[in-house]
Amino acid sequence: MRNIFLFIRRYITFISFVLLQILALSMLFRYNKYHRAVFFGKANEITGYVNSQYDNVDDYFHLKEENLRIHKMNDSLLNLLPGNFIKVDTGSHVITDTVAYDTLHMVRKYLAKEAKVVSNSINSQKNYFQINRGSKQGIKDNMAVINSDGSVVGQIVGVSENFSQAMSLLHVQSTVSAMMKKSRNNGRLEWDGQSPLYLTLRNIPKSDSVLRGDTVLTGINSYNYPPGWMIGTVSDIVDDKSTNFYVLRVKPSANFQNLQQVFVIENLQREEQVTLDKTTQKKVDELNKRKQ
Amino acid sequence: MNSLLRNIIRFIFFILLQVYILDNVPALHKFIIPVIYFLFILWLPFSISRFWLLVIGFFTGLSYDYFTVTPGLHAAACVLIAYFRPFIVNILIPKDTSEFNYSEPSAKAMGWAPYSVYVFALSLLHHGYLLLLEWLEVGNFLDFLIKVVSTTAISMLLIFTAEILFPRRLKYRTNTAY
Repeated sequence: MRNIFLFIRRYITFISFVLLQILALSMLFRYNKYHRAVFFGKANEITGYVNSQYDNVDDYFHLKEENLRIHKMNDSLLNLLPGNFIKVDTGSHVITDTVAYDTLHMVRKYLAKEAKVVSNSINSQKNYFQINRGSKQGIKDNMAVINSDGSVVGQIVGVSENFSQAMSLLHVQSTVSAMMKKSRNNGRLEWDGQSPLYLTLRNIPKSDSVLRGDTVLTGINSYNYPPGWMIGTVSDIVDDKSTNFYVLRVKPSANFQNLQQVFVIENLQREEQVTLDKTTQKKVDELNKRKQ
Repeated sequence: MNSLLRNIIRFIFFILLQVYILDNVPALHKFIIPVIYFLFILWLPFSISRFWLLVIGFFTGLSYDYFTVTPGLHAAACVLIAYFRPFIVNILIPKDTSEFNYSEPSAKAMGWAPYSVYVFALSLLHHGYLLLLEWLEVGNFLDFLIKVVSTTAISMLLIFTAEILFPRRLKYRTNTAY
């Protein structure tokens, strides 16, 4: 008995080495067979906590790429919105030589392209911003620009090869067709050139019951803007006694100070609409002349 | 600083360095795997007893295993180098302890050549055993051999870089009373 104790005392290091090796190896080889929950119960909580703390910091370094990825994703989804398509009567077509419409006879009317704002102003009376897409990427005048959250921010007014200039809603000459979401009454959205925090909506009749906080959307009287996109909310109602129309102060939902990723939306049938408008005008003028 | 406190901080530092920096380095090549966490065991004081060295080695490996989800793999390798460390130290440092006054292994304490041998032997043991265990499950033999050589070389490179960049202020263990 004494000899055994002596033996253990003498070889304590070697014995503990062997025992620890056996423990480690049994962990290693048993782990593959048994489910991980047994081994990784409490310890996983701790490493999980440390890992999530590290991840919190690490996330900041990937925000920019992540942002771009989401923006691209949104771009692809935006083009799938049913509002981008209109129905045409195929019966009236004699020849169909394109594949512009799908099997449900839907024709694409609005096409979105993603872009990034490279310069922006809000402090002048006539505010413009520049985006990093130009004629080479298919940007044309009069296309609508909406923010990454879907709120309207302006329209393209100048195009170069690789960049284009957009007129912000914060421009004294900007006029946008807008409508109240509740009543679908159409009005005219302008900017008085004073505070970049508020826009002015005119021509909403007093028969409409407007409340503070009502949503204002883009209206249907526009060739540039697709209807139904968010503009802002009513923040103040000025009851002008001299007319039958409200003057509404609208708080834009887009934050014009930090525009970054935007979408440019093209109305693919704009030319047709504008031409039709002009010819109608001409015809009416001719009719008037003939009457006189 | 207290030796115990310093080693605890060093332990946390090495584990976090290994898990969050070296393991996140984008892979240059399948043979280039930077591993440095076991330097903690190499830097433990001479005065520590063999038994405790084994226990500390085991828990060092085990804590790293929890992060890599390979229970026992690194623990086994760390226990192995913790077991062999005293033998190698005994071979390499002068027997006459009156000449030998440092508390921890370092290039300064042991001299560059013996220290290199010390680091090389233990790195080779660690990686050899670790990769052997990995190889037993999956792998091919040539890959195993190349991996042992390449990871040992990279570990030594990292350890010498650490040694040159961060010279430790070592406590001088005099033979007179403290």
